[in-house]
Amino acid sequence: MISNMGFLAFLRRDLRLINRRRGEVASPLIFFLMAATFVPLGITPDAELLKNIAPGIIWVMALLATLLSADSLFASDYQDGSLEQMLISPQLLVMPVLGKVTAHWLTTGLPLTLVSPLLGLLLSLPTAGYLPMMAGLAVGTGCLSLLAALGAALTVSLQKGSLLLTLIVMPLYMPIIIFGSATAQYSIEGLAWSGPLAILGAMLAVAIALCPLAIVSVLRLTTIN
Amino acid sequence: MNWNWNWFYRMGSPRWFYESTSRWLPWLGALTVLLLASGLVWGLAFAPQDAKQGNSFRIIYLHVPASFLALAGYFLMAAAGAIGLIWKMKLSYMVMKCAAPLGAVLTFLALFTGAVWGKPTWGSYWVWDARVTSMLILLFLYMGVLALQYAFDSKDVANKASAILALVGTVNIPIIYKSVDWWFTLHQPATISFTEAPSMHPDMFQPLLVMILGFYCFYAVALILSVRVEILSRERKTSWVRGLVKQATHKNLGAE
Repeated sequence: MISNMGFLAFLRRDLRLINRRRGEVASPLIFFLMAATFVPLGITPDAELLKNIAPGIIWVMALLATLLSADSLFASDYQDGSLEQMLISPQLLVMPVLGKVTAHWLTTGLPLTLVSPLLGLLLSLPTAGYLPMMAGLAVGTGCLSLLAALGAALTVSLQKGSLLLTLIVMPLYMPIIIFGSATAQYSIEGLAWSGPLAILGAMLAVAIALCPLAIVSVLRLTTIN
Repeated sequence: MNWNWNWFYRMGSPRWFYESTSRWLPWLGALTVLLLASGLVWGLAFAPQDAKQGNSFRIIYLHVPASFLALAGYFLMAAAGAIGLIWKMKLSYMVMKCAAPLGAVLTFLALFTGAVWGKPTWGSYWVWDARVTSMLILLFLYMGVLALQYAFDSKDVANKASAILALVGTVNIPIIYKSVDWWFTLHQPATISFTEAPSMHPDMFQPLLVMILGFYCFYAVALILSVRVEILSRERKTSWVRGLVKQATHKNLGAE
């Protein structure tokens, strides 16, 4: 147990908590599907046009769905005081925080990735784009979750923090969305798509290393004071 | 090594900052006016016309300095935040807080002058050029820091939280710039050419240099002025600020 220093314990705990209110897991997914339905209604049902914008639309929707679910990351722990208990414990908090974010990813990023082929179908994504899109989403939503957790930590003590969270985090999402949709776009255009995917992976590695540290120091600040 | 740290500790004192800037701020202000006035007259009236763009290129004398300061201002803000976090220095949080709106305004000015310049040159107010997009994201980053700064009731939490956000933004800025650059080369439209003359003629460049210097001085003056206001409002209960207020009211009463 020493080796993962609370990672698994917190992962399991959060998954169990999320399992008790399954409705919350479904809402970002339903949002993801609904919002993507509005795109052909708002722009055009023309498959030729849709297939050009499909990767970008799917990525923007995934980003918004992640942001929608982000403010619940620390909110209930903050309200019932368990976050404070976590913070005053002598344990290093980096791994528990990583465990919580992983639980968030497993219940938003991963389902979004698994549902995305359905959206690809609706938006007439070319066949070549499916695998790269899913690979990109699987890696990229990890970055999205980590950055969203940073925003959630900054705004956890605020009454109306969720909109502010969106404002803070969105500019930081810019590189992820560029390389994420490029992964799918490249494969559609018949180019090698491993390049942008590798950059997404590099960004995920940096985010895994740095974000939990920042999140812990922010939580100490916003929760204890 | 017998390095004297006194100057550093003194800088942490808002009172010391207020009193020492009172002495040399007028000089810096005069230098700013001199530089900006001469740079503007030189650039707008005496610099030669551009061969292709005619007189419309002259907005460069506002656009380039504003863009410089917008970016430099972000790093200054983040550095001030970091100093505040590390050495718990009250003054540097005040600098950070005052640098945010100033930088946001300069970024907006850079975008606005860019749009005005873009209309005659590129044929449209807005073009998704790599540099333009990066500036827009910089504006969003500033807005995030500003929004966070005013969201908290406790000033201490607000300062630290926005300092951390500014630092996170600093880590991200190079990544954002690189990715936007890369994104732009991927989507580069063929119709518009962004290639400008590689080097400026010295006659055009010298006034630009004066303007950049002038903007740096202007930034310093504006920042110091707003930090001074911040100091007065935060330290209003201390005896030295009360003394200043008393002095000022006496002077006013005497004048009447």
